[in-house]
Formats: sequence, structure tokens, C-alpha cells
Amino acid sequence: MIWDLHGHFSGVDGATVDERIAKLMEYADRMGVERQVFFMGWPWSQDPTPEEFRKQNDQVLQAISHWHDRAFGFAYLNGKYPAESLAELERCVADGPMVGVKLWVSFKCSDQKIDPIIERCGELKAAIYQHTWLKVQGNRPGESTPADLAILARRHPDVSIICGHTGGDWTRGIRAVRAEPNVSIGIGGSEPTAGFVEMAVRELGAERVIYGSDIGGRSYASQLAKVYGADISEADKELILGLNLKRMLTPILNAKGVKR
Amino acid sequence: MITDININLSQWPFRRLPLDETSKFVARLQQNGITQAWAGSFDGVLHRDVAEVNARLAAECRLHGEGVLIPSGTVNPMLPDWRDDVRRCHEQHGMRSIRINPNYHGYKLDDPVCDQLFQHVVTHKLIVQLVLKMEDVRTHFPLMMVPTVDMTSLPDLIQRHPDVRLILMNNYSTLRSETLSKIAQKENVYFDISHAEQVGALEKMTNSVPYTKLLFGSHAPFFYLEAALLKFKESELGETMTHAIQFGNAERLLNEQ
Ligand SMILES: [Zn+2]
Repeated sequence: MIWDLHGHFSGVDGATVDERIAKLMEYADRMGVERQVFFMGWPWSQDPTPEEFRKQNDQVLQAISHWHDRAFGFAYLNGKYPAESLAELERCVADGPMVGVKLWVSFKCSDQKIDPIIERCGELKAAIYQHTWLKVQGNRPGESTPADLAILARRHPDVSIICGHTGGDWTRGIRAVRAEPNVSIGIGGSEPTAGFVEMAVRELGAERVIYGSDIGGRSYASQLAKVYGADISEADKELILGLNLKRMLTPILNAKGVKR
Repeated sequence: MITDININLSQWPFRRLPLDETSKFVARLQQNGITQAWAGSFDGVLHRDVAEVNARLAAECRLHGEGVLIPSGTVNPMLPDWRDDVRRCHEQHGMRSIRINPNYHGYKLDDPVCDQLFQHVVTHKLIVQLVLKMEDVRTHFPLMMVPTVDMTSLPDLIQRHPDVRLILMNNYSTLRSETLSKIAQKENVYFDISHAEQVGALEKMTNSVPYTKLLFGSHAPFFYLEAALLKFKESELGETMTHAIQFGNAERLLNEQ
């Protein structure tokens, strides 16, 4: 059973999201991906205004409307606009079909201004996917590191938070979040460097490791390989490929009456 | 039957890899249907005594290669008397190809030494495996940030050396489309698939490069071997293209010598 934490409507042709999601699902079928999470639309906006993130979330809502048994949506928010983000969280998640949020590179998640969003996600049992990177050349001004995420996680010990990309440099990213039991790592969206998943399982336990691809910019092939190729037990592979995400989303899916 | 033209033996300088012991690695290659693998050495990236690196690599392939590994020696034209390394690769070790790492070794593709190297390999009938990068530049060791090979002058270099059979390794996202369109049709230029990305990566790659120029390469054990293998599940290429990329093209390239 494969549930994929991380997908976008890129890498395929198609003028509408409906066309694009249909094509992406063909690839998902080939690779045995049963459920695919999508967030953000296009054009890319690294620092979206409320108007922009609403528009992108509308694209996601449209895409998943015909695929509610296969595709889940996370709402794209921007910590720079806490009030508008909270309202969008109500629209897309509390009152809509989405089951999580995506925070990207506009606003460091260590900043307390983001706390109301995190608290509300906790109440809704919505998944939180926070992008992180550790670029040796330096991050963008608003781009969070795994250490920033650890600071956030310590302020909200009862809320599950996903450390997106594990910081890219996973050798440091894994260590940065190791002490925070409410943090899981997303392993998608980086090169398929060998040893990644082995280290993650060794240091965090397989329960805190979640597969995702970051299609269409990445391939399913390179990202699934991180799990298939890892020297870990079959039971751990099942947790990483789907069971962990399913466990995390089960309360909110139940609340929404989504068949699992 | 698969020929993997992009693997390395020995150890990556910055961390141990799960499969950096030759016998373990070869067993994994065999389990996955790799019948021939062109092996470079991680040591060639940083060591200066590349004659020793290449001798050790050749011995390792002979002793522990199980008939699967064929060595691809390193040549660094910034070292004194590098021509003798080319000669030894060919005459002493019977190699069919060499690896070059211009970014780690400190020269540009339009430096005269690169022309000298290309002229010289022709006399030894060696294939050149040009490695554009080893690792995502964003995750390099902070005191050793090595930019990816600058490809701007590649089309001219290829133009000047039509006799050099050249494989561009770890190329995806490094080759801008305008450069790619200038070189994709060149007879003597090949591309490995190790870094091909996006959903259906190989379907896209075969749209921009003739499938007869693509070679199965995994960049293992730095990458999980499965990444290259699974690309053939994600893209529906059909039997002709699949066989060519996994085996036929590499065989033809070797037989051209
Ligand atoms: Zn992404």
C-alpha cells in the first residue's frame, strides 16, 4: 500500500488541473501509488498573497473533486498573513475537503506569528507539511531549516508536524529533529542518495519516516527507490510507504467521512 | 540483461554508502539483472596518485567483479605526465573508457588542456565519460563546494573533436535545453539516464534525445540502484527502446572501437 505525501500539478501537459491530474494518476497507477496528496497550483509563487494562495487552493479543490477516493489536498498558506491564512484554513480544511496544510519558503516557521495556524491545525487534526532545506550556499530569507522546525515543534508538543525534504541534507536534517517526537520527516523531493532511509530508521524509528515524491518535478521512480532500495525490514518499508501517513490522516479522514 | 555504465567502487569521501563494498555491491547488481557495469573509482575524484587508483580499480574488478565489472579509469589532465595515465588505462589495464571530472580537477571545457586530452584519447581509442557533477551542489561539504561543470563551451568542444566518443554522465538539469538541442543529434555523444527526473522521466528524455543515444546509468552506490531501474516501470517505452537503453546502445558503443 503506497500513500504519497507530496505532489504538484507539474511535469505533465494540460491546460486545466483536471487534465493534469488525470495524466499524473496514470503514472501513479503504474507505480502502485494508491493515494496521492497534492498541494499548490500554478504558476509557482514562493511568497503568495492571500489572493494567490486562495487561487492555488481553488485549483487543488477542483482537481481533487473528481478524485476524492484517490487524491487528498493540503491547503497552501503563508505565515506572513496569519489572519487570511486562518480564514483559508477554515474554508479549505474545516469547512472543505482538504486534510492538511503546506507551508513553503516565505516565512520562517520558528517565528511565533505562525502559532495560531499550527494550533488550529492541531484542533482539526490536519497534517502540517513544512518545507525545510539546509542549502550550503544559504537558504532564501524566509526558508526554514530543520532546526527552525524543531523550535516550532517544541512550542507545540501535541501537534504532529512533518519536516519536508528532511532539510535536503538529511545527514544534518535527521539529527536536527531527532529529539522532537512529534516531528516526522518527509523523504521526498531530493536526489535518491543511498543511506538516507537507513539513517532515518536508525535515528528516528520507521514510524517517523513518511514517503512522498514531489511529482511532477521529481519522478516516482527516484523517490520510491529510497524506500525500495533501503536496507531495512519489509515491515518498516510498509510503514514508510503508506501506513504512517494513513495513521496520521485517519482521524481527519474519519471526521470527513472519507473511505480509506 | 542490463549494462550499467555509471557505477563507482571504493568509498565516497564524505560518508559511507550502504553498498560501498565491492562484493556486496556486485551481488546486488546481479540480483537486479545488471550483467555488465562500467566502474569508476570514487578515489579518482580527489586522489592525486591516479595511477595507483586505476591499478587498484582494475585489480578490484578482476578479483571481485564476478565478470560483471569493467574498469573505467580516471584521467586528470592537470597532473604532470597525465598522458601516461591514459596509456596505462589502455595498454596495462585494457580499459575501454576513462572518467574525467573537470570541476573537481580544476579545468574548464574550453581550456587548451581539455583539447589536448581529447586529442590524446583518440589515439588510444578510449570512450570519455564526462562526469558533470557527483552530488547535489546544495548538499556539498561547506569547505569543498565544487560547482557543476560549466557546459557553455561543450557544443564547441564536441564540434572540434568529432572522433571522441563522449558520454555525459549525471547530466539531467545541468544541460540547458539550448545546449542539449545543439548536441543531442551529434553522432558521437551519449547521455546516461541516472539523473533523469519528472514524472515519466524517460518518456520526456526520449523526446529530447534520440533513444539510440541514451545509456542505462545508475550512479550507484551513491544513488539507490532502484532509482534507475524503476524509471522503466514509470515510463512506457516499449521493448525496442528499453532494450536499446538498457543494453544495445552500450554494446554498440563498445563495438565501435
Ligand atoms: Zn514540492
